[in-house]
Amino acid sequence: MNSAPLIRRRTGSLLGLAAWLCGIAFFLPVAWMVLTSFHSETDAATNPPSIVAGLSLHGYREFFGAGTGVSPWPPLINSLTASVVSTLLVLALAVPAAYALSIKPVRKWSDVMFFFLSTKMLPLVAGLLPVYLVAQNSGMLDSIWLLVILYTSMNLPIAVWMMRSFLSEVPGEIMEAASIDGAGLHTTLTRIVAPIAMPGIAATALISFIFSWNELLFARVLAGVVAGTAPVFLTGFVTSQGLFLAKLCAAATVISLPVLIAGFAAQDKLVQGLSLGAVK
Amino acid sequence: MPTATETTRRGPRGQAAVAVPGRQAARARRAQRARDWARRAPLLPALVFLVVVTQLPFVATVVISFTHWNALAPGNRGFAAFDNYVAVFADSAMRSSVVTTVLLTVTVVLVSLLLGLGLALLLDRSFRGRGIVRTLLITPFLVVPVASALLWKHALYNASYGLLNGALTWIWGLFGSHDPPQPDWMTNSPLAAVEVSLIWQWTPFMMLILLAGLQSRAADAIEAARMDGASAFDIFRYLTLPHLRRYLELAALLGTIYVVQNFDAVFTITSGGLGTANLPYTIYQTFYQAHDYGRASAQGVVVVLCSLVVATFALRTVSSLLREEVTR
Repeated sequence: MNSAPLIRRRTGSLLGLAAWLCGIAFFLPVAWMVLTSFHSETDAATNPPSIVAGLSLHGYREFFGAGTGVSPWPPLINSLTASVVSTLLVLALAVPAAYALSIKPVRKWSDVMFFFLSTKMLPLVAGLLPVYLVAQNSGMLDSIWLLVILYTSMNLPIAVWMMRSFLSEVPGEIMEAASIDGAGLHTTLTRIVAPIAMPGIAATALISFIFSWNELLFARVLAGVVAGTAPVFLTGFVTSQGLFLAKLCAAATVISLPVLIAGFAAQDKLVQGLSLGAVK
Repeated sequence: MPTATETTRRGPRGQAAVAVPGRQAARARRAQRARDWARRAPLLPALVFLVVVTQLPFVATVVISFTHWNALAPGNRGFAAFDNYVAVFADSAMRSSVVTTVLLTVTVVLVSLLLGLGLALLLDRSFRGRGIVRTLLITPFLVVPVASALLWKHALYNASYGLLNGALTWIWGLFGSHDPPQPDWMTNSPLAAVEVSLIWQWTPFMMLILLAGLQSRAADAIEAARMDGASAFDIFRYLTLPHLRRYLELAALLGTIYVVQNFDAVFTITSGGLGTANLPYTIYQTFYQAHDYGRASAQGVVVVLCSLVVATFALRTVSSLLREEVTR
């Protein structure tokens, strides 16, 4: 009878151990990527793997253009521009829309919500050709602004869903009380809505930024040369001759870094965002 | 919430409009209409933007799908009636890419949902370093997808210097063998290679949603059940699982939306070869390499019609989520 708590404690620590092992297993490929990025090319491509080889910054020097003279900054800046500007546009469009769908809802607001979500279910690739043709004829091909527009439309439905879910938390009674007390629209927005909406805006911005930063298909087809983004640049890093693994891992690490930092810093926001705000 | 809307809309002025005919009523109607537009105004920019950027191109796709149009043969442009659709349905590559898309999506979503559930259950208990383990587990989701695909292809799967075969050499070496198996992962099982890399990426996503679901359970009900002598399995079966249902549905729905459209992994790991070409990749190829605009558009229309079937089903699931929220 005394052994029951002991057994429970033992299975408890075994389950904790299992969780640790799973965590390490899932992390292993990323750890390997970072380790390889600090190896020399010859140490990176050995079999069996050389885990304790000398560290080198060769991969990173190559990524920043030491060997080829090709600078990674233009694509990185393109990615940053496309992600940041489209995220700002998404917020500018989604916040008022979410307001009209939750705080002072229009008629048939749920139909509008489903329209937004249904655009997300149509495969993006089905609209690729007309967009390409329009871009070609209007001279917007290979322009970062075209990507800004497309990324905005890609993230807008999710953003509206998320923001609506956050704004529907604003208690209606307080809004009414405020208007009875003679608070104007401006006061209501800044004093009552904004404090509740801010975390939601942060989560929406994070998700929108990550999806824009990651996008490959549109960037590849519509903006291959001048406006090429970081993911497009990364696919060009694989060469058919010579060793490239350390260089590739360095590039993959650098390009993933902004998302990794943003994601680690805002883990809870990530959950809220990914579930369209349904999970809090 | 709907009741609040109703009362504001049928305010005292609205009723007066029914009772008093003539100019006063017209004025009231105008005022009502102005109020309606004031309500709609903040919604319009987003709505108009989305219609222009996502719906108009699709209309254009439908139009182009009925034309002969190959960019490599500009002389031959003209009305094609259903030629492109006949070609699409007769195309065995197109049919097999439909099967591939379904297989890929179902496998990735189901396996990562199950793994995610297991991991969420492990993380729901308190143990030393739980925060660190959670961070380790979500890392795969934060690697840029194309970087992750390149990582799996070159650093893990590669037959001569990838980590998988490297580990086999190392393990066999421990037992004194100099003849370890060195399978060529991407050639032997190309679809599984793509699936494993995607499962690795999407399991954290499923886990995060399910973990949030687990942590929103009512602790007192579980405590009461435990007091009454319910086994851990019974608690899981009769309390946890019903509660988790909507979170499972949500995770599956969102996972499906994203995995169906996957392009990065298929493009990078196998370049659509060896039976791994899914629909987005096939359309990309028809458009980008064959330059057959008419055919690519017909493929696009077929894909959209198929996804409408899936979407209707999925939207019904979401609408139940929304209704729950409304009645809450």
